[in-house]
Amino acid sequence: MCTTCGCGDDSKPVVVNMETGQSHPVSNDSPDHSHSHDHGHEHSHDHTHDHSHSHDHPHDHDHSHSHDHSHSHDHRHDHGQLHATETSTTITLEANILAKNDRLAERNRGFFQALNILAVNLVSSPGSGKTSLLERTISDLKTEMQFYVIEGDQATLNDAERIKRTGAPVVQINTGAGCHLDAEMLARGLTELNPPKDSIIMIENVGNLVCPALFDLGEKCKVAVLSITEGEDKPIKYPHMFRAAEILLLNKIDLLPHLKFDLDACKNYALSVNPKIKIFEVSATTGQGLDSWYSWLKANLQHHAKSVEKVL
Amino acid sequence: MHELGITQNIVAIVSEQAGGKKVVRVKLLIGALSAIEPEAIRFCFDICADGTSLKGAALEIEEVAGRGRCNQCGQELPLSLLAGVCDCGSRDLVCIAGQELKIKEMEVV
Repeated sequence: MCTTCGCGDDSKPVVVNMETGQSHPVSNDSPDHSHSHDHGHEHSHDHTHDHSHSHDHPHDHDHSHSHDHSHSHDHRHDHGQLHATETSTTITLEANILAKNDRLAERNRGFFQALNILAVNLVSSPGSGKTSLLERTISDLKTEMQFYVIEGDQATLNDAERIKRTGAPVVQINTGAGCHLDAEMLARGLTELNPPKDSIIMIENVGNLVCPALFDLGEKCKVAVLSITEGEDKPIKYPHMFRAAEILLLNKIDLLPHLKFDLDACKNYALSVNPKIKIFEVSATTGQGLDSWYSWLKANLQHHAKSVEKVL
Repeated sequence: MHELGITQNIVAIVSEQAGGKKVVRVKLLIGALSAIEPEAIRFCFDICADGTSLKGAALEIEEVAGRGRCNQCGQELPLSLLAGVCDCGSRDLVCIAGQELKIKEMEVV
């Protein structure tokens, strides 16, 4: 493993098809990880500096750089000199840093629209009950809807194994060092999953209340899951996620009598960061409140179908 | 640490644009409400730039303050979070600045 950034062969994103058991890297050429791994950490300055050059480096030299060139010429140090003006060119880019992900997400969205697939991106902190909610939702609705699942975790096939037992086709994406799913990983997962027309795709994102908010996967919407064991102020502590979500499932509501959880305060916090968020109080364990969540899913799948009919 | 992936994207985009020329300076525009920590980008930049045409390039980050507009009364106001309350009492605000995440310019030799 590379000690510089923690990356390594075992930390690249991998997609596992739970039907075949085969695993594939998300990207063979790994375009997002382009630094070289043969960086030596030795400074061999055995040359003599017989010339003088005074330069104030704006940064400290704790990174590695190997000086294997000879210093006999009147050279310019190329590190840290900001204003090498006589030959430099400034190029205005105005490039959106997430443009590549957004482009791939739009491609996924087009795929979903063409096949009339409802794709939902489930986001939350670890342990909020996303997988339990999925298991319960699939078990209760599988006679009415065709569920396909993409599981995202840094490691293990545990969640995919749980979903597989419900009978729904599932693909596990292990992100390795990654803290979120991105549109490229989802596209790779979709290729493995091969979902049919009119199905519903549940994407269980990596448990993390920060990063998945930034990455559009092409889904219809993000559904945030917040369990009431986590504390009512999560929506204002992690406003990006609750801002990005269309639905908030307040899970483990059956535990309310045992906890000091201010339900109204939590809802107000969520509404303060996102006045349009729809909130359902549910329990994946007892089934309490799940009807409203199921109604939303059914309405959106039908609405989805209708909007396509209109176009045709 | 999504900043590592973000920084890899920055290096990939700039390398491609540089077309083999050496990059000596990169300037980013990062909004205060973008969920990106400029310090984390700085931390990752040298590591990601190593072995590319950006190696040794200076990194400049221009931060953009958050600003919102009230959907009820139309007034503009500064935002320190993605949420806020307008003087008119409404919480229905739209963010109009502060979510930028852009490579503004680069300097090549």
